[in-house]
Amino acid sequence: MEKKKPNEESSVVADKVDGSDAGPSRRELLVKGGKIVAGIGVASLLGNLGNWALSYAADKEPIKIGILHSLSGTMAISEVSLRDTVMMAVEEINAKGGVMGRMIKPVVVDPASNWDLFAEKAKQLLLQDKVSVTFGCWTSVSRKSVLPVFEKNNGLLFYPVQYEGEECSRNVFYTGAAPNQQAVPAVDYLMSKEGGGFTKFYLLGTDYVYPRTTNKILRAMLLAKKVPADSIMEEYTPFHHQDYQTICGKLKKFAAGGGAAVISTINGDSNVPFYKEFANQGLRAEDAPIMAFSVAEDELRGMDTSALVGHLAAWNYYQSVDTPQNKQFVANFKAYCKKNNLPDGDKRVTDDPIEAAYFGVYIWKQAVEKAASTEVDKVRKAVYGSKFMAPGGEIMMDAANHHTYRPVLIGEILADGQFKVVSRSKGLVKPEPWSEYTNPDKGCDWVGHQGTYQK
Amino acid sequence: MMPSLGRMVAILSMVGLILFCGQDWVAAADRPADAPPLSPVELALTQVASEDESVRDTAIRTLVEQGDASLLPQLEAIRANADRSIRQAIKPLMDSLKNRANLKSPSTDVRRSAATDLGSAGKAWAIPWLEAAAANEPNKWVRYTMEESAALLKLALDDQTIKAAAAEKLGELYSQNGVPAMKKLVAIGESAEATEPQKIVAKAAAEAIHRIETWGDWSNAIETFFRAMSLSSVLLIMSLGLAIVFGLMGVINMAHGELMMVGAYATFVTQEIFKAYLPPSMFESYFLTAMPVAFLTAAAFGLALEATVIRFLYGRPLETMLATWGVSLVLMQAARVYFGDLTAVIAPTWLSGGAQVMVGVYLPFNRIFIIGLSIICVLAIYLLLFRSSLGLRVRAVMQNRNMSSCLGIPTRKVDAYTFAFGSGLAGVAGWALTLVGNVDPGLGQNYIVDAFMVVVTGGVGKLAGTIVASLGIGGLNKLIEPSFGAVYGKVFILVLVILFLQWRPSGLFAMKGRNADS
Repeated sequence: MEKKKPNEESSVVADKVDGSDAGPSRRELLVKGGKIVAGIGVASLLGNLGNWALSYAADKEPIKIGILHSLSGTMAISEVSLRDTVMMAVEEINAKGGVMGRMIKPVVVDPASNWDLFAEKAKQLLLQDKVSVTFGCWTSVSRKSVLPVFEKNNGLLFYPVQYEGEECSRNVFYTGAAPNQQAVPAVDYLMSKEGGGFTKFYLLGTDYVYPRTTNKILRAMLLAKKVPADSIMEEYTPFHHQDYQTICGKLKKFAAGGGAAVISTINGDSNVPFYKEFANQGLRAEDAPIMAFSVAEDELRGMDTSALVGHLAAWNYYQSVDTPQNKQFVANFKAYCKKNNLPDGDKRVTDDPIEAAYFGVYIWKQAVEKAASTEVDKVRKAVYGSKFMAPGGEIMMDAANHHTYRPVLIGEILADGQFKVVSRSKGLVKPEPWSEYTNPDKGCDWVGHQGTYQK
Repeated sequence: MMPSLGRMVAILSMVGLILFCGQDWVAAADRPADAPPLSPVELALTQVASEDESVRDTAIRTLVEQGDASLLPQLEAIRANADRSIRQAIKPLMDSLKNRANLKSPSTDVRRSAATDLGSAGKAWAIPWLEAAAANEPNKWVRYTMEESAALLKLALDDQTIKAAAAEKLGELYSQNGVPAMKKLVAIGESAEATEPQKIVAKAAAEAIHRIETWGDWSNAIETFFRAMSLSSVLLIMSLGLAIVFGLMGVINMAHGELMMVGAYATFVTQEIFKAYLPPSMFESYFLTAMPVAFLTAAAFGLALEATVIRFLYGRPLETMLATWGVSLVLMQAARVYFGDLTAVIAPTWLSGGAQVMVGVYLPFNRIFIIGLSIICVLAIYLLLFRSSLGLRVRAVMQNRNMSSCLGIPTRKVDAYTFAFGSGLAGVAGWALTLVGNVDPGLGQNYIVDAFMVVVTGGVGKLAGTIVASLGIGGLNKLIEPSFGAVYGKVFILVLVILFLQWRPSGLFAMKGRNADS
C-alpha cells in the first residue's frame, strides 16, 4: 500500500506540471494519460487494501479475553480450578475455529487473593490489554472490588459463583445462583415433609457479606413462614476459625428434642474443623443435618469425608448429574487436567462453579456471534434470553436481569466425596437478584428499566 | 403409578371392608378357593400400597406387629413403584423395621443410633421393642438412650397417667431431648381449659424440666471447663516450639507456622506410604508412626533454615523477621504446588468419636489426646532443659553467650540444636493438629498469630509463662464465646492482650536477673 501511494501522488504532480507547460492537444493527451496513471494508482491502492483485508482475515487477529482468578493465596485452592475450566473452554472453541473465525487469546492475571489487587488487575485487563470480556472472581468481596472498574470502563465480567444477590450491574453477567436459586429452595426443602419437616434452624456462617446477607434473607423467609423467632439461631465465626467446640455444644442443646437443621454458610478452611467437631461430639446427620451452600465436590476432594456423609448441600449442578453431555464434560475436564499436567491430573472433579464458568464462556461466544461484534453493549444485548446446552442440562440467560435460569438440586454427601441428588426443582428457576423476602419492592431490569428499579 | 394388581386388591378389600368389616378374611376369601391362604404378613404386603388410607394403615399395623427386617427388600420394591403419598406412608414403617433389627446389632453405636431414631420417629409401636431391648442391654449409655426413647414415645401417648410417669422418668434421666415436648405439656396444663389429669401431667413435667435444667447447668459447666482445657492445650502445643525459638533464642521465626505445616504434611505422607505399601491391617498405626517422622522432618527443616538463613542474623531481630517471613512464603507456595489440595489426613478410628462420661457431657477422643500430648511435651521440655547437661548448656548460652564460649561450650552447635528442637516441636504440633483441623498450605498462617500472642503474653523466655498464658487465653476465650460469639470472643481476647501488654510489657513472667544481651 505504501509503495503505491507515491505513484499516485507523482501522477497528480506530473499532471499539473505538464498542464502548465504544454499545448492543449498535448495537454489533453497528458491529462488523459495522467488520469489513466492516477486510475491505475487508485485501482492498485484499492487492490492493495483488499489484499490487506484478505491477509487480515487470514491472520485472524485474535480476540483477547481476561481471566481474573486468584492463582496464589488463600482462594487459590478454589479459583485455580475455574481458570483451568475457562482455559479448557477456550481451547475447545479455538479447536473448532474460534469465534467468527477469530481465535480467542486468554490473558491470565493473578490477583493473589488480595481484594485491592483484584481492582488493579481488572483495570490492567480493561485499559492495557483491552480485553473484550473477563471471566473471574470468586468471593463477593473481590467482585465488589472490581465492580466500579468494570462499570466505569464499560467492561464485561462473567461471574460464575453463587452469591448473596442484591446486585444488578450492567457490566456483569451472573452465571451462578441468586439466593432464590440456592438458599431459599434449600430451606424450603428442609421444611417440607419430604425433606424432614424441620422446624428449628441454626444459621451458621463465616463473618462476611455473603453469609450475612444470605442469613438476612433466610431469617426474613423463616419469619414469613411462621417459624417462631426463638427457633432461629444465627452465629458467625471469623475467617479461618478452627475451634468449633462451643458452637457444636450450643448446637447440641439447640437440636435436643429433634426437628433442628443447620444452615451452613461456612467458607473455606473452617469447614473441616467444623464437620470433624460435629461428628466427634456425637452429633449425627439424622439429629441435625448440615445444609451447606459453600461445600462442593472440589472442596470435598481435599477432605476426610467420613465426618460429612449424610449431610446436605444445595447447588445447581453436581458432577453426578446423569446426562450424556455431562459425562462428556467430566471426561473432557479430567483429560484436560491430565494432558496439561495440572496438579492431581485426572483425579480432578467438576462442580457447580466449574460448570458455571464453563458455560459462561459459551454464552459469551454465542452472543458475540449473534451480535457479530465484540463490542460490550452489543454483546450484552445478545446475551439476553440466550440459551445453552450446559453439562447439567439446558440453561437460559434472563431476558433482562443479567442472571441465569438454572435448576436447583439438593444433594446428599456420599463417602466418595460425590453427591446423591435427593431433590430436584421442576424445571429451571427464574433468578431473582432482589429477594422477595427482604426487598419485595425492588427489581432488576436492564431492558425496560435502568438496572435496579422500584416495583 | 400403581400396579393394576394392587389397585384390584385395594378395590376388593374396600368392598370387603364395607360388607364384612374384616378385610383380612375377606381378601383371602376373594382369592380362588384352590390357592393356599395368604399369611397375614403376605396379605399385608399386598395391601400396604393401597390407595385407601384405612386399609394401608391396617396393613402397616400388621407388618409392624408381625413383620421383621427380612421384609425390607420387598417393601423397597413396593416403594420404588409407588407414588409419593404411598412412599411417604411406607418410609416410617421401613425405618422402624430397620431400626428394630439394628437394636440387636453387635455395634454399640448402631444400637444407640437405632434407639435414638426410634425415639425421634414418634411411632408408639416402638415402645415394647425399646423396653425389651433395654432390659437386655449391657452397655450403660445404649440402655440410657433406649429408656430415654421409650419415655419420649410414652410422653406422646394419650393416657395422662402414662404421660406423667414418662415425664418423671425423663426427669430422672436428665434428658435434654424431652424438654421441648414437656414444655408444651406444661403450657397445656397452664391453659384455662386444662383438665385435672392434664394439670397433674403439667406438674410432673415442670418438676422434670427443673431437674433437667439444673443438671444441664452443671454439665454445661463441666463441658465449658473441658473446652477451655482443650483450647489451652492446642494453644500450648502450638507455642511450645516458638517459646524455645523465640523465647530462649530471641529469634522471631515467622516461618514457625510453616514448620507446623511441614509436620502436618509429614503426617500426610506417612499415611499415604502406609496406604500404598503396607497391609491395611497396619493402617491404624500410621498415626503414631507419623509422630517421630513429623518431629524429625520439621527438625531437619529447622536445621537447614538455621544453617542457611538464621545464623547470619543472630541479634538482628528485624532482619530475621523479614527473612523468615520470606521463607514462610516460599514454603507455603511450594506446598501448594507440590501437594495440591488432595491432602486429607484420616484420623485413626481410636481417635474418632468420643466418650460419654455423664449425661450431657461428651468428650471427643482427639481433644483428650491433645490435652495428654501437651502435658507430655511440657514434661519432656522441662526434663530436657532443666534436668540434662544439654539443657544446662542451652540455658548457659542463652544467658551469656560469650562467657559460655569461654568456658568451652560450642555455642554454634548449641544454637543449631536448640533451633532444630524448637522446629521439631512445631512439627509435633502440626502432627497433632491434623486431628482437629485441615492439612493445607495455609495451615501455618492460621496458627502463627495465636502462638506469638501466647508467647509474648506469657513473657519471653519463660516456659511457665507460656503454659499460664495459654491456659489463661484458652480459658477466657471459652468463657466469653458462649455469650458473645466467636467473632467478638476473638476481638475481646485481642483487646485484653493489648491492654495487658500495656500494663506489663514483658509479659506475665518477666525475665529477672542480669542478662548479657539486655
